[in-house]
Amino acid sequence: MTRARVIPCLLLRGHGLVKTRKFSNPVYVGDPVNAVRIFSEKEVDELVILDIDASREGREPNYELIAEIAGECFMPVAYGGGIKTLAQARRLIRCGIEKVVINSAAFDSTGVIRDIADVFGSQAVVGAMDARRTLFGGHRLFAKSGTVETGIKPEDHAEVLERAGAGEIFLNSIDSDGQMQGFDLPLIQKVARRVRVPVIACGGAGTPDHLRQALAEGEASAVAAGSLFVFHGKHRAVLINYPTGIFF
Amino acid sequence: MIAIVDYEIGNLAAIANMLHRLGAACEITADPEKIGRADKLILPGNGAFDACMQGLRATGLIPLLTEKVLVEKVPLLGICVGAQMLGHGSDEGREAGLGWMDIQVKRFPDLPGIRVPYMGWGDVRKTHPYHPLTQGISDDARFYFVHSYYLSPVDPEDVLLTAQHGIEFAAAVGRANIAGVQFHPEKSHRFGKQLLGQFAGGRP
Repeated sequence: MTRARVIPCLLLRGHGLVKTRKFSNPVYVGDPVNAVRIFSEKEVDELVILDIDASREGREPNYELIAEIAGECFMPVAYGGGIKTLAQARRLIRCGIEKVVINSAAFDSTGVIRDIADVFGSQAVVGAMDARRTLFGGHRLFAKSGTVETGIKPEDHAEVLERAGAGEIFLNSIDSDGQMQGFDLPLIQKVARRVRVPVIACGGAGTPDHLRQALAEGEASAVAAGSLFVFHGKHRAVLINYPTGIFF
Repeated sequence: MIAIVDYEIGNLAAIANMLHRLGAACEITADPEKIGRADKLILPGNGAFDACMQGLRATGLIPLLTEKVLVEKVPLLGICVGAQMLGHGSDEGREAGLGWMDIQVKRFPDLPGIRVPYMGWGDVRKTHPYHPLTQGISDDARFYFVHSYYLSPVDPEDVLLTAQHGIEFAAAVGRANIAGVQFHPEKSHRFGKQLLGQFAGGRP
């Protein structure tokens, strides 16, 4: 049996973990190394760690912290944030992570995706994108943690990323982020139908049923969530959790 | 000491990290002296088959590794593309493999609803009743796979575990002192730890 991956997506800001709503209002949720250790003990399928300030501030990834995090992970880890070059990707992989996530840099040129895929293989490169709904029911992508409008359609960009060598697509919805009201299913389906590589859907999960919908109706291959795995109850108390015994 | 053969491909730190947690002495190395002294070998591999073969060849270690594995009969575990390299070659590339096992590496067929690369956690089925590497695997074991090409041993006796992705394929292979796993034990929680522990402590 193959199981769909269920992936906690953790947002780094400085040395802390935060959770956003619609890509704004980051709330501190804890120490990253400690949180990752707990997720590892809970035997999560995989982790995605995104530094949400790195690209916007034009800053390098925090290699020391990433190596410390990777040392706690007995599952695959993807890191994104501030990656523009093959040399950075090489250094990150040496730190102990499996996959690098390329988002903002790919709007300038997909060359870096091709470079990394050529050396480390497509499975080591995740092409990521952040989409926002338009007034007319379509979607457009935003770079640099949702701050720069690109005018590009997600499904078109997914195809470009796949062709460049991305081994999977990480698709985030800015509108649904942190809302816990369910995924943007039309967005996911549109992208999943355009590419052959796996699509990881992120943004909006509030219940295990939402995860099921993204897989069944959205046709995603894997699902990611932040709030669902770090908050508990309607007052959003911080509690790291992960559903066990639920197979999708 | 377990030598993790370093030809600058893939996430070697993760393999060493898990072996250290198991209390097994290991070193990531391309030093012929250290590899010569090693009593076990791990051959990692990630990404493109040809790039891996070329990378390994560039280290100049292949004659030494061949001597260790085929003559000294030192236990060797290939991981992912490292397992694929044990065979004759791959559909993916033009380079010849090491040829230590009678294996071909084939591309997953195009099947409806089956995405390639295969990326995710899969159950395995034990097909070999008593091989030391895999006999301790529990029924609820799951492993992390990421690959577009799969191991196809000529002799079904060489298959230790199978998994499913549209088709049933060999998830682990073994013959005498040589073994390979298509999945990543170093990234498969306690299930992978158990398997690497078998390799580190047992006598494959």
